[in-house]
Amino acid sequence: MPRRLPYVLLSVFLVLFVLGVTLGEPESVFEKAVAICLSCIGVG
Amino acid sequence: MNLRRWVQIAATLTTNAWWLTPFGGPVIYGGRLKSFCSPGLNCYSCPAAALSCPIGTLQFMFASLRPSLEVGKVHLGLYVLGFLGTIGALVGRMPCAWLCPFGLFQGLLYRIPSPKLAIPRQLYFLKYVFLALFVVLLPALVLDEFGYGQTWYCKYVCPAGTLEAGLPLLAMQPSLRSMAGWLLAGKLTILALFLAWMVVSKRPFCRTSCPLGAFYSLFNRISVLRLTYDEDKCVRCKACERHCPMGVAFYEAANHQNCIRCLRCMLHSCRYGAIGYEIAGVRGPGMAEGDGPYKDPLRP
Repeated sequence: MPRRLPYVLLSVFLVLFVLGVTLGEPESVFEKAVAICLSCIGVG
Repeated sequence: MNLRRWVQIAATLTTNAWWLTPFGGPVIYGGRLKSFCSPGLNCYSCPAAALSCPIGTLQFMFASLRPSLEVGKVHLGLYVLGFLGTIGALVGRMPCAWLCPFGLFQGLLYRIPSPKLAIPRQLYFLKYVFLALFVVLLPALVLDEFGYGQTWYCKYVCPAGTLEAGLPLLAMQPSLRSMAGWLLAGKLTILALFLAWMVVSKRPFCRTSCPLGAFYSLFNRISVLRLTYDEDKCVRCKACERHCPMGVAFYEAANHQNCIRCLRCMLHSCRYGAIGYEIAGVRGPGMAEGDGPYKDPLRP
């Protein structure tokens, strides 16, 4: 019998993704990712 | 070389597609692709990285939550959570086996001949501690005077960041070397311990310490794609467990938190057709008893 839960979860996370895009989060991701992360490399 | 290895290599090269740094290009890639997250763990400060690290990005979002809200930006990490959750809901931990560069690296290190050691199961829960504490709670709650948190996992733990970004950047940038101190010494020690562990144990970082794997694993039992176990066909030969890159005893727990859906057990190990798959409740054809191990089309 086909399960519903995976589709419910899929829909919820797709909505979150679209909401994040609408709120401009990709721009924040970009701004963070194009600068050297000193914490990541162990000096900041 | 089997199909999965080719996919892993292709994914690693795609995720790390910036190769101009040694030829006078910028130290790290700064193009628009960095707006997108990689489905696997891959430090965005790696000189070759073309995509963002989802775990680093999540920490950054949580660490800068308060200042963002103060300037009217409601950035809660929904973009990254939605991306990871969509993948998890579809295939669970499958990206760990097929798309994660650090997973590929661990798989290769384990091929070095050496005495091999099991990993105590009690350590499996650590990755959830890292996810909850170091990725979410500490970055969001421990703030400095300006309201900013720290990226705790990147800063104090992540051996992938030390290997992929720390070592290359410190080698290329003398100015960064002058800033090195106890923090770097600690991260190098963690990296060295993991590297040694990766030689003697199967994917120790994935099994005990990866917050991304921990997140995906939450979906393993409920994702659209799941593996199925036919108890009547299983003879408990334990071939699946011996061949599993994560040391999962499939006959004890199908879709275990550490199952990364590499499909090796189903395609190569089980001779009795006891392991199959289903997509949202609809069973795939699977292997029939007596078919023998699957013949990989890319392997002569």
